[in-house]
Amino acid sequence: MQIELEKIFERPRTLRPVTTHYCPGCGHGIVARLLAETIDELGIRERTVGIAPVGCSVLLYNYLDVDMYEAAHGRAPAVATGCKRVNPKLVVFSYQGDGDFASIGTAEAVHVAARGEKITTIFINNAVYGMTGGQMAPTTLEGQKTTTSPLGRNLDQTGYPIRMAELLTTLDGAAYIARVSVNNPKSIIQAKKAIRKAFETQIRGLGYSMVEILSQCPTAWHLSPIEATKWVEEKMKPYYPLGEFKTPEEG
Amino acid sequence: MEKRFMTGNEAIAEAAIQAGCKHFFGYPITPQSEIPEYMSKRLPEIGGVYLQAESEVAAINMLFGAAGAGGRVMTSSSSPGISLMQEGISYLAGAELPCVIVNIMRGGPGLGGIQPSQSDYFQATKGGGHGDYHLLVLAPHTVQEAVSLTMEAFYLADKYRNPVMVLGDGYLGQMMEPVKFEKATTHGELPTKEWILTGAKDRPPRVIKSLYLDPEALEKHNLRINRKIHEMIKSEVRVETYLVEDAEIVIAAFGTVARIAKTAIKALREKGVKVGLVRPITVFPFPYKTFEEITERVGKVLVVEMNLGQMLEDVRLGVCGKAEIRFYGRTGGMVPTYDEIAIEVEKFARERR
Ligand code: SF4
Repeated sequence: MQIELEKIFERPRTLRPVTTHYCPGCGHGIVARLLAETIDELGIRERTVGIAPVGCSVLLYNYLDVDMYEAAHGRAPAVATGCKRVNPKLVVFSYQGDGDFASIGTAEAVHVAARGEKITTIFINNAVYGMTGGQMAPTTLEGQKTTTSPLGRNLDQTGYPIRMAELLTTLDGAAYIARVSVNNPKSIIQAKKAIRKAFETQIRGLGYSMVEILSQCPTAWHLSPIEATKWVEEKMKPYYPLGEFKTPEEG
Repeated sequence: MEKRFMTGNEAIAEAAIQAGCKHFFGYPITPQSEIPEYMSKRLPEIGGVYLQAESEVAAINMLFGAAGAGGRVMTSSSSPGISLMQEGISYLAGAELPCVIVNIMRGGPGLGGIQPSQSDYFQATKGGGHGDYHLLVLAPHTVQEAVSLTMEAFYLADKYRNPVMVLGDGYLGQMMEPVKFEKATTHGELPTKEWILTGAKDRPPRVIKSLYLDPEALEKHNLRINRKIHEMIKSEVRVETYLVEDAEIVIAAFGTVARIAKTAIKALREKGVKVGLVRPITVFPFPYKTFEEITERVGKVLVVEMNLGQMLEDVRLGVCGKAEIRFYGRTGGMVPTYDEIAIEVEKFARERR
């Protein structure tokens, strides 16, 4: 006798059946999946163009089954702008880490939002430079040890971590700004909702949208994957509060 | 065909539009701001997009995105702004994206000045940004030529999938002349852009990138780009020779200086000095052959530039020790007058070998 099994969970169409290069316990892999699911659910895979950054997610174009650019460090919002202005029918997103979006590319980040460019940014904040081996990021927390802040980040010397979501919320061109995390199942479900809203904001032509995602980097934090999820909860969230900072409804 | 009286900058902008440019990204800088100003007015009229970027760094990366999406795209700037663009230019060349970059040069280094100069010759012709690549560089010497070369630039960019630079100077940009806008008839068919990003519909996804982590793959990629460069060297060299048949001395000059040199040559010829001109129109690829050939019979070459001796190095390579070379240059925004050039020629002519 044959048993008919109903398929209730499968790999999203937009996520390629390949092994990623991400470390065990890394948040990037979760976000790639959320992105792929969102693109599938909105039915936009065939008109979506992504921009990969410089950093741990530089090879994102190998994981998502959509057209993609690989941009210079920090310049993804400018590349996204050029693409969208030539072909406004496309759904365009940039995927950027904290070095990319909050340090070398802050000018592009601020101005893409100020212009209300109809693109979406997925901003991965893991408070460290992962790919180059764990150096201090613009979002590194006070006292956090990295290879270039070996005694812990000293605010007197290095200034303060940047809250990009709050910063961009002040700009009129930004239509949807949220901060989420991917360190437990509940947060992941909320993250998915925010990503979807961000894409919908773009598709409806309402302006710029950005989702900041607190993401675990066990490798550069020198923690186990489980400890890393706790670190997000206990260290990152107090400084980087989650929530929707701006939604199109509220204007 | 009707002639229009325009500045070099405006003429370049109009030529770009007539060549099918629909997207312009730029940042204001003297002495080329008339280009973005003209574009901001004209492009919306034809359903195109003018966008003022937050910086030259952003502008060149907008070009990267726009070219990747299949647009005919251009930016313009002047020396310090072009320096800021070098990162993006390297990425454009690495990702093989066609676009046109106009540099209306001013004096440097640093903030320098706002008067005309040719001191970005090295930057334009030898790479400028990091990595193994070259731009194809066109150097007009009149406003009319700026029009035809700008139109040409878009064709060449598409033909080679490589950024093309139009290299002018503040003098050319600001000068007014009557111009005609005529489309070239010599352009061949361009292949359809099978690499642009339009969304992966009914085809596998495409990626536009310059990253090849495997050195073997990167070497292969670079060699492919290099083959295109060699094809340019074979097919695209353009040079004007002027009154060289009986010349005993030739001036080598490009752009605005070449034009001033022509006036000097006319005056000198009236006095019986047998002088001619070799004017590279493409400064990359450089017309080495013309210099090789001409120095079979001409013993003296005077290189005149608005810099302290940059094209001079290419002329030396072309001449290869077969003729005497002298250099006369003005810098910092100083433009040589035709009588200055004439005096240098006469001095050189009197020298015994
Ligand atoms: S270094 Fe950190 S961010 Fe990079 S892949 Fe590893 S865990 Fe992820």
